Amino acid sequence: MTPNLHLWLIPALPLIGAAVNGLLGKRFSRQTVVAVALLFSGAAFAMALWIASQFSSLQAPVIETLAAWLHAGDFQADFAFYLDQLSLVMLLVVTGVGFLIHIYSVGYMWEEGGFYRFFAYLNLFMFFMLTLVLASNYLLMFVGWEGVGLASYLLVGFWFTKDSAASAGKKAFIVNRIGDFGFLIALFLMIQHFGSLNFVEVSQHVTPMGAEIGGAGLLTAIGLLLMVGAAGKSAQIPLYVWLPDAMEGPTPVSALIHAATMVTAGVYMVSRSHVIFERAPMALTVVAIIGTLTALFAATIGMCQTDIKKVLAYSTVSQLGYMFIACGVGAFSAGIFHLMTHAFFKGLLFLAAGSVIHAVGGEQDMRRMGGLRTKIPWTFWTMTAGTFAIAGFPPLAGFFSKDAILWQAYSSPYGNWVYWAIGVFTAFITSFYMFRQWFLTFFGEYRGEDANHSQQPRAGAPAPHGHGGVHESPAVMLAPLVILALLSVCGGWIGSERFDKFLSPVFHAEVTAGSTTGATAPAEPRNENSSETLFTGISVSAALLGFLLAWRLYHRRPELPQKIAGSLGGFYEAVLNKYWVDEIYATVFVKPLIDGSTKLLWHGVDRDVIDATLDNSAEGAREVSDAVRHMQSGNIRSYAGWVAAGAAAVIFYMVWTGSR
Amino acid sequence: MVPISYYLILSGILFACGVTGFLIKRNIITIFMSIELMLNGVNLSFVAFAAEWKMLSGQIFVFFVMVVAAAETAVGLAIIIAVFRTRETLNVDQVNLLKL
Repeated sequence: MTPNLHLWLIPALPLIGAAVNGLLGKRFSRQTVVAVALLFSGAAFAMALWIASQFSSLQAPVIETLAAWLHAGDFQADFAFYLDQLSLVMLLVVTGVGFLIHIYSVGYMWEEGGFYRFFAYLNLFMFFMLTLVLASNYLLMFVGWEGVGLASYLLVGFWFTKDSAASAGKKAFIVNRIGDFGFLIALFLMIQHFGSLNFVEVSQHVTPMGAEIGGAGLLTAIGLLLMVGAAGKSAQIPLYVWLPDAMEGPTPVSALIHAATMVTAGVYMVSRSHVIFERAPMALTVVAIIGTLTALFAATIGMCQTDIKKVLAYSTVSQLGYMFIACGVGAFSAGIFHLMTHAFFKGLLFLAAGSVIHAVGGEQDMRRMGGLRTKIPWTFWTMTAGTFAIAGFPPLAGFFSKDAILWQAYSSPYGNWVYWAIGVFTAFITSFYMFRQWFLTFFGEYRGEDANHSQQPRAGAPAPHGHGGVHESPAVMLAPLVILALLSVCGGWIGSERFDKFLSPVFHAEVTAGSTTGATAPAEPRNENSSETLFTGISVSAALLGFLLAWRLYHRRPELPQKIAGSLGGFYEAVLNKYWVDEIYATVFVKPLIDGSTKLLWHGVDRDVIDATLDNSAEGAREVSDAVRHMQSGNIRSYAGWVAAGAAAVIFYMVWTGSR
Repeated sequence: MVPISYYLILSGILFACGVTGFLIKRNIITIFMSIELMLNGVNLSFVAFAAEWKMLSGQIFVFFVMVVAAAETAVGLAIIIAVFRTRETLNVDQVNLLKL
């Protein structure tokens, strides 16, 4: 008998924080708001740590039903929480990174208006995200899924008076709706065919089913639809367009929601549905192809971005692509491993970028930075850790997880050398653009204007510390940076094999003889140590190559990139303009939709049919009444005349019909 | 015996006189009298049929009509007096407050 863990408290705590700050925060001082927000998010983190410490003694998975929710016939969905190795990892990542980012936000947002609102939203996000990862059925997961979308919308549009922020929020929300449509249809299919949405019951239904080799059946359909949902939430092709725009939100939000946690929900969902995907090879292939293409595509766009946050945004899209490669080759634990390390180093990179932006007074264009290394040493060193980690230099976190993915992409039964080759090439590009950013930001000469004049006008209120020049961020912002930097360095030392073993009860337990080999176990016979070392060497040299190229182009010969860009011509144009994807979407989908709604639905149907019917019948009634009201003359003799005429007409009719 | 058609023709003439008077006269009293004339035209046809077919119901109906006509006359005259008191006229063309 497992002890009652009160799992429901974990999501409930941030919800209380959100409610307190959201409803009463307007009257609170900033200190009180911070105290409430940190208390409740910190309590959730502490709770997660406590559960982690108890975990080894638990009989995983732990299912805790809080209350009945929907009971309709045989269908049943409860407010129930599900704790296994996978949700534990997600729990720790979400609460841990979330808590650190809460702390960071205190420093970053201190001068901003709507301070309490920001923390209420942040806590609300934590609530939904924790609901998502702890849910024991797809429906409750969907609640969290939609909730994080809402929180994301609110936070992207946090500076709602800025038009670009408001429309970025809307874009994020609408693009996500397209993905949610797929997710929802997948849920309907599950209800129809399995009669349940509980993870356990769905898994019991699916497990005896054979793999749909060489054809597409129910499981493939469910898998593909789930992938549509995941592509929306996790910003994969073709639904990735919202994520770069979402950088309009405050930087801590970009770090928490659009890098570390929410966007990984798709990866989590796909991993959670691994029983389905493992039996639908075609769906897996689609997942892997989407992941591969996204990784490459977004990385190339990242090369040409000049906004420090946009680079990181495209980098996030690209790294999420890696996670989907891992899922697509059935190496779910490698994907989750990369999810975890990515949460560390990408959270770190975003926070450090926020610190840089803070230091130079709101400037986000890297072309107007440079030489910041000595001015903001803490930010520099932590960002260095993050940059080397994402580039995949050993022994930092990114190296281990990326290497695990690349190795699985080649060696797993679903793997293919094409995935691997593109993955390595992407690793090279990743390393290049990250070091490009690093060199542009921290090395060379400071290219910004005189910092006295570049004071950030956004806040309105003058900065309390009245800084003149480039300055280091306060300790409250640096502490999370340092912790995340340590995690980025050490986070990978767990090793993908140990991580895989930890997650194996989730991913390997139910695979039966009826199915294909299912997910790969790293300890399986294909453990060719020498070739694995070779692959590691190749990916590390790709990272090194990216570093050297960036060093040569952006440090040694800063005039070279212009020339190369000029010689590349059309391709450079395409990459610089993000392959015109936004424009293509605008022409192909948005404009026809708006035109169709305006001309056909609004003008054609609503105005000319529905409104016209109503208007014309009213007008007709008015005209008829206008004509008829003159009978109401008030003259008794005219009334009598009408009566007589009517009576005569009736008699005439009766006589006429009677005579026939 | 006088054939029934004579009675009916007389009844029709009486009724037509009543209708014509109702439509063309302006004095309320005259209009009222025209109404009575119409009622009596109808009464005549009732009794004519009752005599023709030896059925009592037609004659009973005439009594009812007379009672109602008497009641109506009482109410109608009261209204006429009330109208005359407030408007000091008996011309119906000037009693047209309901006109739009």
